[in-house]
Amino acid sequence: MIERFLQLNGQAQVPVEPRQPGVLALYAPKWRTARRRAAESHSLARALLLGAIGFIFWAVLFSLMHRVLAYFNRTPGLGDVLAVKLLATMLLAFLPILLLSNIITALSSFFLARDLELIAAAPVDPLRVYGARFLETLIHSSWMIVLVLIPVLAAYATVFDAPARFYLSVPLTLGAFLVLPAVAGTATTQVLVNVFPARRARDILALVALLGTAAFIAVFRLMRPEQLARPEGFRDLVDFIGALRTPQSVWLPSEWAANALLTPLRITERPGDAFPLLLLGTSAAAFLVMGAWVHGRLFLTGLTRAQEGGRRRSAPATGRLSAERAIPLPLTARSLVLKDLRSFFRDTTQWSQLILLAVLVVVYVYNIKVLPLFSGEDVGFLLRNVVVFLNTGLAGFVLAAIAARLVFPAISLEGRSLWLLRSSPLRLSLLVWSKYWVGLVPLLVIAVAITAGTNAILGVSGFVGAVSLGTIIALSFALTSLALGFGALYPRFNSENPADIPTSFGGLLFMMSATAFIGVVVLLEAWPVYSFLLADVEGRTLGPADWGALATGLGMAFVLCVAAVVVPMRIAVRRIESIEH
Amino acid sequence: MIRFSGVTKRYGQFTAVHPLDLHVRHGEMFGFLGPNGAGKTTTIRMVTGVLRPTAGSITIAGKDLTTDPIGAKRHIGYIPDRPALYEKLTGGEFLRFVNGLWGREGEAQQRKADELLDLFDLYEWKDVMVENYSHGMRQKLLICSALVHGPDVIVVDEPMVGLDPKSTRLMKDLLHGFVEKGGTVFLSTHTLEVAESVCDRIAILNAGRIQGLGTMAELRRQAEMGEAGLEEIFLRLTGTEQARELVASLRVTA
Repeated sequence: MIERFLQLNGQAQVPVEPRQPGVLALYAPKWRTARRRAAESHSLARALLLGAIGFIFWAVLFSLMHRVLAYFNRTPGLGDVLAVKLLATMLLAFLPILLLSNIITALSSFFLARDLELIAAAPVDPLRVYGARFLETLIHSSWMIVLVLIPVLAAYATVFDAPARFYLSVPLTLGAFLVLPAVAGTATTQVLVNVFPARRARDILALVALLGTAAFIAVFRLMRPEQLARPEGFRDLVDFIGALRTPQSVWLPSEWAANALLTPLRITERPGDAFPLLLLGTSAAAFLVMGAWVHGRLFLTGLTRAQEGGRRRSAPATGRLSAERAIPLPLTARSLVLKDLRSFFRDTTQWSQLILLAVLVVVYVYNIKVLPLFSGEDVGFLLRNVVVFLNTGLAGFVLAAIAARLVFPAISLEGRSLWLLRSSPLRLSLLVWSKYWVGLVPLLVIAVAITAGTNAILGVSGFVGAVSLGTIIALSFALTSLALGFGALYPRFNSENPADIPTSFGGLLFMMSATAFIGVVVLLEAWPVYSFLLADVEGRTLGPADWGALATGLGMAFVLCVAAVVVPMRIAVRRIESIEH
Repeated sequence: MIRFSGVTKRYGQFTAVHPLDLHVRHGEMFGFLGPNGAGKTTTIRMVTGVLRPTAGSITIAGKDLTTDPIGAKRHIGYIPDRPALYEKLTGGEFLRFVNGLWGREGEAQQRKADELLDLFDLYEWKDVMVENYSHGMRQKLLICSALVHGPDVIVVDEPMVGLDPKSTRLMKDLLHGFVEKGGTVFLSTHTLEVAESVCDRIAILNAGRIQGLGTMAELRRQAEMGEAGLEEIFLRLTGTEQARELVASLRVTA
C-alpha cells in the first residue's frame, strides 16, 4: 500500500506536469487562517460588541458627512466645489497613510512571513507569488481606509441622489486608487530590502513611519487648520472659489479618484467625464506591470538578504553587574524589571512609539495653550477652573492612550517565553506587579507633567489645582492596573509586531472601559467641586452640606480608583496563573 | 523524585493524558517515548508547572506542584523542545535573568554561567542578542539556562533536536554526569537510539496511556520480543503497523 506513495515523478511513464496554482489559491491559507482565528476568538458577545462599535462609528461618520454635504448642497455654486474638494482632500490625506502602511506590510508579507520558505521552495511561478503577496499586502493595508470610506461615500450618494452608475464606479475607482500606493509601497520595500537586511529594514521603516505620522500630526495641528475655515482672509468670493477650484495637483491620484467618484453625481466641473476613471485605471494597470517587473528583478536577492539577517548585533554595554546590583529591588523583581526595560529599549517597534506619545502630549498641551480663553474679553475665574477640571478628564484620556501603548501589551509580549516564567519558582503575582511598576513610573511622570504644565498655562492653582493633580495621580495608578488587567484577559501571544497589540479587541475594550472610568471619576468630583468654587466666588461660607458633598464626591472617586487598582491586578494574576500557552 | 498520581489532562472532550501513575526514582535517567501526539509534551509541561493537570497530582522531591509550586519548581531545570527566548536579551543577560528567577546571583553564579557558555561554544556570543542566534545556538543556550541554577531534576523535551554532533555528544555526557552525581533526568524523545543508549528505564506512551514501562530487558519481556531492539518494541507497543511497513519498504528501497 505504501509503495504507491514512493513513486518518483521522474521515473513515472508519463511524468505529471505540475499545474501552476492560481493567485487566489496561494492567498487562500492566509484568509482561511484569518477567518478561523476570527471564528475561534470571537464569541457571540464579542461579535455583537464589535458590530455595535462599528455600527456606531459608521453612523456617526455618516451623519456628520451627511450634515456637512447637505449644507454644501444648499449653497449653490460654492457647495459643489466644496463637496469635491472635501473628498479630494480626504483621499489625499489617505495617500501617505496607505503608502506607509503598504511599505510596512509588504516587508512582512514578502520577506519575513513564516511560510515564505515553503513558498520559495515550491515550483511556483514568481509572478503568481507576486500576485498573492501583493493581494495580501493590499488587503491588510487598505481595509481600514475602505471601512472609513463606505459611510463617507454613502453620505455623498444620499445627499446628491446618486444614479446607478455611481455604485458601479465606486468599486472600480477605489480598486484602482488602492492599487497605486500598494504597488509603490511594495516596490519601495523590495528596493529597501535589497539595500538593508530585512530585520534592520523593519526597524528603520517602523521609525520612519512613526516619525512621518508624528510629523504629520504635529505639523497639521500647529498649522491651526481651524483658521483656514475663515474666508475673511480672501480678497473676495471669486478669489475664494478660484482657490478652491484649483486642484492640489493634477498628478495626484487622489484628485483623479475624487473626480472619478463624483462625476456621476454631476457636481464636478465636467459631469459625466470618463477621463478620470480611465486615467486612474490605466495608471493602476501600468503600475501593476511595473511592480511585477521590479518583483522579478529584486525579489529573490531581497529574500536571500532577508534570510541572512544582517550583522550580528551586540547589546550596548548596559549590563554592568555592579550597576545592576545597585538597583534597590529584591533580586527576582530586579531581574524582571531589567529584562522588561532592556527588551523595550532595544526593540525599535516598541520604543519608537514614545515618539508618537511625545507628539500626543505636545499637541495636547498646545491645544490647551491656544484655547480661546485668553483672547478677547477676560474669561471668569469660574469658567477657567471648570476648564481645568475638564482638562483633568482629557489628560486622563491621553494617559489611557499611553497606557494602551506601554502597559497593555506587557503580558502579550511575554508570549512564547511564558514557559520559562511558569516553570521557574516565581510567584506570578511578582511578575504582574513588576510590570505594574515599570508601567506606572513613566505614566506618573507624564501625568504630573501634563497636569502641572496645563494648570500653569491656565493660571490655576490652589484647591482646584491640587484636586486635579491628586485626581490625575490616582488615575495613573488605576489606568496602569486596568491596562494590565485587560492585557492579561485578552493577550495576543503570537503577534509579530508589538505595535499591533494595542489595536486588538482587548485594546479597544480597555480604551472604552478606561474612558468610561475616567468619565465616572470626573463626574463624581465635578459637582461638589463646582459647588465649592461657586460658594467661594459668591463669598458664601461653606455649610456642612457643602463639605459633606465635597467629601463624598472626592471619597467615592478615591475608592473607585483604589478598586480599579486592586480588582484588575487580582484578575491579571489569576488569569496569568491559568494561562496554558 | 517525581511522582505522578492519577495525573490526567483533558482539553474539552479530548483526553490528552489518561490517569497516569508513575514514579521516577532519585538518580535515574528516565525516558519517555511515544509517537507524535501521544501526550509526551503535555506530560512534560505538566511536570514543569507550565500546564495544570485536570486531575491528579505531581510531586517533585516530595513537594506537590499544585499546593507548593514554588518549592517544587526550585528543583527543576527545564529544556523545552522549542527554543522560545527573549530575543532582545544577550545570552549572558538571559542566564543572569534565569539565575534571578531562581534567586541566585554573585560571582560564583556568574562564573558558572560563563563556563557553561564556554562549554557549548557560546562564550563569544555572550554579549550578542539572542535574535542573532541560530536554532542550535538557542537550544544550547536553553541547556545552559536549565543547568545554571543547579537543579536536582532536569526535565528535557527532545534533548538532541537542533544540536550538532559535538553538542549531541556533550549533551549525552552532561546528562550522564548529572545522573552520576545523583541528579534525576526525565526526558522525552523520538530518537530511539538516544533512549536506548542513555536511559535506565523507559516508558512508552501511546494515545495518552503508558503501553510499556521498565528497563530494556523488562520492555522486551512485556512485548514478548526476545532480543529485539527498542525500535521493534516501540512499533509493537504503539501498534504503528503502517510505520513498520514504511520502515521496511524504505530499507528495501535503500
